[in-house]
Amino acid sequence: MNQTRVLFKRMTDHPADSHTIDRYLETGGYEQARVALGRTRDELVELVKTSGLIGRGGAGFSAGMKWSFLAPARPAYLVVNGDESEPGTFKDRQLLERDPHQMVEGMIIAAVANEVHEAFVYIRGEYPKPARRVQQAVADAYERGFLGRDVMGTGYHLDITVHLGAGAYICGEETALLNSLEGRRGEPRLKPPFFPAAKGLYMLPTIVNNVETISNLPHIVERGIEWYRGLGHDVDTGTFLFSVSGHVKKPGNYELPHGITWRQLIYDVAGGIRDDNELKAWVPGGASAPWFVPSEHLDLEITKSVTDSSGSMLGSGAVIVMDETTDMVAAAERLVRFFAEESCGQCTPCREGTTWLDMILRRMLDGGGRAVDLDLLYDVSDNISVGVGWPPKQTTICPLGPSAVSAVKSLLEYFRPEAEAHIVRANRVPVTIKGFGQ
Amino acid sequence: MSWPAETIARANDIIARYPERRSAVMPLLYMAMREEGRLTDEGMRLVAGLTGLTPAQVQSVASFYVMYKTESQGKYLVSVCSSISCFLLGADEVLHAVEEAAGLPAGEADDEIGIEHAECIGACGGAPACLVNYELVEGVTAAKAKEMIEWLRNAKPEVINADELQTLFGGRRSFDWAIKEDNGAIGPYPAFPPFGTAAHNTPALEPGRLATRNSRPATPEVGAS
Ligand SMILES: Cc1cc2nc3c(=O)[nH]c(=O)nc-3n(C[C@H](O)[C@H](O)[C@H](O)COP(=O)(O)O)c2cc1C
Ligand code: SF4
Ligand code: FES
Repeated sequence: MNQTRVLFKRMTDHPADSHTIDRYLETGGYEQARVALGRTRDELVELVKTSGLIGRGGAGFSAGMKWSFLAPARPAYLVVNGDESEPGTFKDRQLLERDPHQMVEGMIIAAVANEVHEAFVYIRGEYPKPARRVQQAVADAYERGFLGRDVMGTGYHLDITVHLGAGAYICGEETALLNSLEGRRGEPRLKPPFFPAAKGLYMLPTIVNNVETISNLPHIVERGIEWYRGLGHDVDTGTFLFSVSGHVKKPGNYELPHGITWRQLIYDVAGGIRDDNELKAWVPGGASAPWFVPSEHLDLEITKSVTDSSGSMLGSGAVIVMDETTDMVAAAERLVRFFAEESCGQCTPCREGTTWLDMILRRMLDGGGRAVDLDLLYDVSDNISVGVGWPPKQTTICPLGPSAVSAVKSLLEYFRPEAEAHIVRANRVPVTIKGFGQ
Repeated sequence: MSWPAETIARANDIIARYPERRSAVMPLLYMAMREEGRLTDEGMRLVAGLTGLTPAQVQSVASFYVMYKTESQGKYLVSVCSSISCFLLGADEVLHAVEEAAGLPAGEADDEIGIEHAECIGACGGAPACLVNYELVEGVTAAKAKEMIEWLRNAKPEVINADELQTLFGGRRSFDWAIKEDNGAIGPYPAFPPFGTAAHNTPALEPGRLATRNSRPATPEVGAS
């Protein structure tokens, strides 16, 4: 199974210096920004719309559509989302570290398309090295006249500022990110009315796009719609970056076309399961996504529509593989704990619910599980997301709370006997004797 | 207490990069940590003065984000990822080894070392992973992590450099890092110019070299169109 390298091409061909301005220019860099500067907003929005480019930050919304919704008030802002914190996801780190100019050029294109003169890159605080690389790239682009008062001699002005987060997953959610960039607590805003395209940064129209989404733009401008659509599979155009982690022989980021199967991804691309163990389950699209299991999902095609209609999502492209040795209650607890820790606390169902889910799972693991606990897990989940269905119903300001339910839902759906065994085992011995639950 | 004139000048440079002063609150909080090793009430008051906020507003922001530390973390903050991908490959054993080697439970610090567990640090392909002063090391084992703590205690490195950490204590990586860097972190806050780096090789990133707001035309007030 060969990778289709577009976004990863330069760093693969020139590993030692793909991040430098000299290498970027030598490989055709900033030519597409120049092309874009000669086009109108309408032309560029139409181009990106028909390319079929889908946002890569997790929500899976058409980039061109989002751009077309930008409200007319000006100034407008562009914010690139480099907060990448969803467990299992590490693709943006590679793009930021290894090819930062690709993103900066994409930002110029997105800025021109959206009449933006001031743009920000929000990078999570735990990514100082990627942030340094981007900061250097921005400084070099200024020096060569690709940014600033007079971009490439066209009179267009564009400034880019790199902003560092400070350790909060929720700041990946776009409205929380904007609050954070305004110097506030990173709490999500209610949508409506605070759709960024209408009321975004400083209440002005704002485009928020993911690092990978933006990094696609120079290639779309350069090689056109036919080529870009041809890379993909039906409505899922272009390539897709998968971050594969967990119990596989070859974890890593892989750039692939849509439409291969999970079997191909896990066994061919990622080398199969460590020690040739049995595959037990995998998370197809980041910690927020319900799990897939080999008996039902291994030969499904990896496309947005197939994944969505099979009860999960591709999200940010994070594939977390678990082998037969995995204790699924422990895995669910670890996933739920993440959301409990990262809940911003604004909404009661999320703040209280995630904490309760975690406490129940923990007592099951610690040998204190009770007969009612599986029903209780369902009840609490139902309080966070009514019906515990897919896509999850949202009772909260943002989707973080409902996302926490995915792991519990998957546990109860596919591994109920295993979860029950935890409780039976627990009740055979006094609950106070920890770790004696055999 | 106040900051040296040079720090104030840097702070004002940062403020000038944003359309509104308030936006500079996060970078300025990092500068406050660099000045004193942790975030103090006095530091937050200074940030408040510079950004036009009240000290209470600054504190409310600071308390939201886990990387702003009001307690001292020593010279080296070791953050061990314990999210799912690292957990599947032995993160709990790594954290345990780190705690034991340092003689500290997660969440505590002595004069030299602070230990904490972290949520996913974007290194899941190189699990288990940890950070030292936010510089990454991937593919660690319990044994290597223990050696790392001993090394921090004995060698007392001035600068924490990710490539050095990775060579000494790391293993499998999420992807090829390819390019060595000689910059690194000088304290328990991210190494990002103009705050926090050893900065001995980043003249291009000195404030002022980044033409920012001065190159911008005046932005109308919020709400205007
Ligand atoms: C809880 C939560 C966390 C998110 N984290 C990220 C993130 O780390 N990076 C990202 O690009 N998008 C993240 N998103 C999605 C953003 O809200 C937004 O949809 C995205 O940045 C838009 O870019 P795109 O259209 O290019 O995908 C997150 C959403 C939610 C609800
Ligand atoms: S759902 Fe959770 S994270 Fe999202 S706004 Fe509500 S409390 Fe905050
Ligand atoms: S789960 Fe540890 S780095 Fe992502």
